[in-house]
Amino acid sequence: MSTSYAVHDSMTMLRRQFVHMRRYPVTIFLVVVIPIVMLLLFVYVFGATLGAGLNAGSGGRAEYVNYVVPGILLMAVALSAQGPAISVAMDMSEGIIARFKTMAIARVSVLSGHVLGNVISTMLGLVVLIGVALLIGFRPSANPMEWLAAIGVLAMVSYAVTWFSVGCGLAAKTVESASNLPTPLILLPFLGSGFVPTESMPPVLGWFAEFQPFTPFGETLRALLMGTPMGNSGLLTVAWCVAITLVCYLWSKRLYNRDPSP
Amino acid sequence: MNTSSSTAAIVTRGLRKSYGDNLVLDGVDLEVPEGTIFALLGPNGAGKTTIIQILSTLIGADGGEVRIAGHDPAADPDAVRKAIGVTGQFSAVDNFLSGEENMILMADLHHLGKSEGRRRAEELLEQFDLVEAAKNLPSTYSGGMRRRLDLAMGLVGAPKIVFLDEPTTGLDPRGRQVMWQMIRNLVAGGVTIFLTTQYLDEADKLADRIAVLDRGKLVAEGTPDELKKLAPGGHISLQFNGAAELESAASALGEMARDDDNLILQISSDGGVKSLRAVLDRLDHESIEVETLTVHTPDLDDVFFALTGHSTTEKETSS
Repeated sequence: MSTSYAVHDSMTMLRRQFVHMRRYPVTIFLVVVIPIVMLLLFVYVFGATLGAGLNAGSGGRAEYVNYVVPGILLMAVALSAQGPAISVAMDMSEGIIARFKTMAIARVSVLSGHVLGNVISTMLGLVVLIGVALLIGFRPSANPMEWLAAIGVLAMVSYAVTWFSVGCGLAAKTVESASNLPTPLILLPFLGSGFVPTESMPPVLGWFAEFQPFTPFGETLRALLMGTPMGNSGLLTVAWCVAITLVCYLWSKRLYNRDPSP
Repeated sequence: MNTSSSTAAIVTRGLRKSYGDNLVLDGVDLEVPEGTIFALLGPNGAGKTTIIQILSTLIGADGGEVRIAGHDPAADPDAVRKAIGVTGQFSAVDNFLSGEENMILMADLHHLGKSEGRRRAEELLEQFDLVEAAKNLPSTYSGGMRRRLDLAMGLVGAPKIVFLDEPTTGLDPRGRQVMWQMIRNLVAGGVTIFLTTQYLDEADKLADRIAVLDRGKLVAEGTPDELKKLAPGGHISLQFNGAAELESAASALGEMARDDDNLILQISSDGGVKSLRAVLDRLDHESIEVETLTVHTPDLDDVFFALTGHSTTEKETSS
């Protein structure tokens, strides 16, 4: 199968995915509604207290909005990864996948349709979320180039976790278990520097937070949007995203190509 | 492989497949000439679906050789996929897309181009009587409509060989008639049909050749008439009120088989009116009262029983 057909077939599958999302709009709920509720909760309920811990005790709610938005954006990306796990598992339980497999189409196009569909809808959801954040006092210092880079980082993270989610959807035996598999992903932004600085955590947790991927993801976004020091987090982010994408892509491809059980 | 003429659409030699310790196919040889209907007949669990899955490139075989339209599915699956259309036992339609959107999706995946794809989709929706329901989701369709959409989707790429896995299972009698007519129309257009069925009358009415599959092995292969010759002939069953009547009828008519417990006597007969009248006249003449009479003409159920020693309705593990 030539590359041009792989692109053509992936675009066909992407169109299919958009129709699915319109008729079964679970993504909107995951990417827009829940993160907005969490944003308001963290800023208005916990914000004053959590913010007091920032800047050596001189912070407040206004500082905390600026601190937490990158964490909320990443949480939205992690949440959106539930969508493809469910939609892929649902696809696999239907006869249509058997039909696709007996057609001369680029095999991976079924999966790349899911991935591209989810990344695009996630990015649209993030635009809404950033709009709400700006309304409630988010004041980023980013110039247009830094904004573009931040969007690039979010798209890269979304692409990586979506492939992870697709693998989960393929590995799951049922649609119900598929919806649970990526759940630990939602916790990762919390167990990093997304919501509070890692120095404030107990040593073991702080150590875990230091080395898990969502910490450099968050630090990179914060550096781009708020002008905090970047350090090596940009490099780590790219490395993590490439590694996760590659491993999960190969894993998904293998699961997809295995013979169906009798 | 040193097989057959060039006109065979499907050839298998020594096809084998097992799942763990469970041997599903144990050396199956098939040959289907182009432009014919071939029926693979067998009960649940015989291995029919597994054969379709292998021939349609969905799963690999463990052993044996396969050629579909001259191509080896293990070596060049895409060449096989370009030649075939598949309609599964479980409807392979996208439930979130309308009938028309499903057809357009297939057209796009066959790279037909926008206007040609639309034309083909409309033509098939028309042909399969789905125009009115084209804008609706398949969840609103009847079983027969879903099956027709499924078949229509398999035909978008104008395949030379069409696999139908139990195409009428679960359909009402009218739905079956419609499906049969559509299958005949396809063959009239030069398509080769490979279908599986557990309905003997379906194989009898549709197929040019029938192979009988039982527990992963072919037990017979031939035209419907050839297979019917393998079965014991037809007979008349007579049931009586008492042992005395059974006894006198047996001595008057001769017997093929008798069942003393149920007071049933079987006499061989071609099932024709003449032979029936002769039997009744004879019974009248002897003044023997008959409780019930049934005429049994040979069908493929008899063939199956004669070949395998068990009936088609014996359920084994489902496939």
